[in-house]
Amino acid sequence: MIDLHGFGHLLLAGTWVTVKLALVSLSLGLVFGLLGAAAKLSEYKVLRAIATTYTTLIRGIPELLIVFAIYFGGSALVMGFASMFGYDEYIEVNPFMAGVAALSIAFGAYATEVFRMAILSIPQGQWESAQALGMTRGKTFFRIILPQVWRVALPGLGNLFQVLLKDTALVSVVGLQDIIRQATTAISSTKEPFTFYLAAACIYLILTAIATAGTLWMERACTPQLRYKG
Amino acid sequence: MPDTPIALELTDIHKSYGSLEVLKGVSLKAKDGDVISILGSSGSGKSTLLRCINLLEQPVKGRVIIGGEELKLKTGKSGELEAENRKQLEDMRSRIGFVFQNFNLWPHKTILGNIIEAPMNVLKQSRAQAVERAEGLLKKVGLYEKKDAYPGNLSGGQQQRVAIARALAMDPQVLLFDEPTSALDPELVNEVLSVMRELAEEGRTMLIVTHEMRFARDVSSQVVFLHQGQIEEIGTPEQVFDNPKSQRVRDFMSSHN
Ligand SMILES: Nc1ncnc2c1ncn2[C@@H]1O[C@H](COP(=O)(O)OP(=O)(O)OP(=O)(O)O)[C@@H](O)[C@H]1O
Ligand SMILES: [Mg+2]
Repeated sequence: MIDLHGFGHLLLAGTWVTVKLALVSLSLGLVFGLLGAAAKLSEYKVLRAIATTYTTLIRGIPELLIVFAIYFGGSALVMGFASMFGYDEYIEVNPFMAGVAALSIAFGAYATEVFRMAILSIPQGQWESAQALGMTRGKTFFRIILPQVWRVALPGLGNLFQVLLKDTALVSVVGLQDIIRQATTAISSTKEPFTFYLAAACIYLILTAIATAGTLWMERACTPQLRYKG
Repeated sequence: MPDTPIALELTDIHKSYGSLEVLKGVSLKAKDGDVISILGSSGSGKSTLLRCINLLEQPVKGRVIIGGEELKLKTGKSGELEAENRKQLEDMRSRIGFVFQNFNLWPHKTILGNIIEAPMNVLKQSRAQAVERAEGLLKKVGLYEKKDAYPGNLSGGQQQRVAIARALAMDPQVLLFDEPTSALDPELVNEVLSVMRELAEEGRTMLIVTHEMRFARDVSSQVVFLHQGQIEEIGTPEQVFDNPKSQRVRDFMSSHN
């Protein structure tokens, strides 16, 4: 077994921060993705243009730069705002918040495409049969279309979540106490980089394995006709 | 019976796709209990006509009256008619059953779930009420024991019978069928036709687009022959099948024996 010289609890704390960051960013990112897809498929030109700008811009920039932009840009923005009220001290943006913002915006841009393709893959007849019964467009979307979209989108979203999990490491550069940051702290006192980076790698591996298993389980849960015995 | 109420009245329905005029002024009346079969060669506009009734397609001109209530229409940006009032459209749709060629059941819901969805969401029935009625309808179409299955577990003929039960659950004033057996393997056609035959005998008002000539002759009170977006001939089955006035209808009948 690897000897962690008593730094195990630090890595554990870092793992918890990473998991929290990943899950909060996932939830927000899914919302951005759904809104983005809805905008891209909307009949309004302005909405389509906004969504296209969003996905093109975000997907064209490295995630690390998005983190920087939000962390430093965000603190400049907040300070500018505060100085309007006569407060001129340096204000730091919470790295966790900055991480959530950056990662969910990035996730949302890719998820927009996944959702858009999934929505388009649902046959027109699914909308028509619901509307022919008098269901509203909103009810049709939420009760008939979205559950099917979800099923189609799951594998793609699962992939994106794996990328997101690993991208959380980027947020350590602005001071978030995640797995990487805690490993670095341990290394600076033990001088054993191999041990702690190996431990960090194992933790990421375990997390992504859990994510994969979770995705597979959800795919199965969303395909109930496979389980019907009759 | 001159004073049987009118269930459905279409007046001068026009529909175009771009410059292609698909319906060129179709008018049709169905009295309560009428079974009207709509025949015609491929591309003559049969599906389009049916879909204009509940505005799955938007006509450019015409009037639709269901059970004495006129669907209020206005000209939209595209030049096609759209409902003036979404609420009225939804209400009228809930009173018009539509059975599709490809069933269009919802794969993520059980058979029972497919049937109770609209009664609960549109008619605001309680779950217990909707389930009770759905179970009765499933017995009627012979699929009660499949109520917990999913559409993917059923054959095409079974799916179409469920789709009919789903439409019936709304207790519609008019039922529209768009080639309900065309997507089925030949050996599954009869189970669907016999359900429809039963509905006709119960006195349901139905408009049926079909290529099943025997069936159309047996159940129809009227037969309409559509050609290039216009009614070429209309009459009782005897008139249209045995004594068509139009040469085109005669040719069609002889090629479909
Ligand atoms: N969405 C559409 N866009 C353009 N043209 C269309 C569209 N839908 C139908 N048409 C055209 O309208 C005409 C009538 O089509 P419709 O589907 O009503 O015919 P049909 O009588 O139902 O034929 P079939 O027996 O093959 O089902 C055809 O020429 C068809 O190509
Ligand atoms: Mg057709």
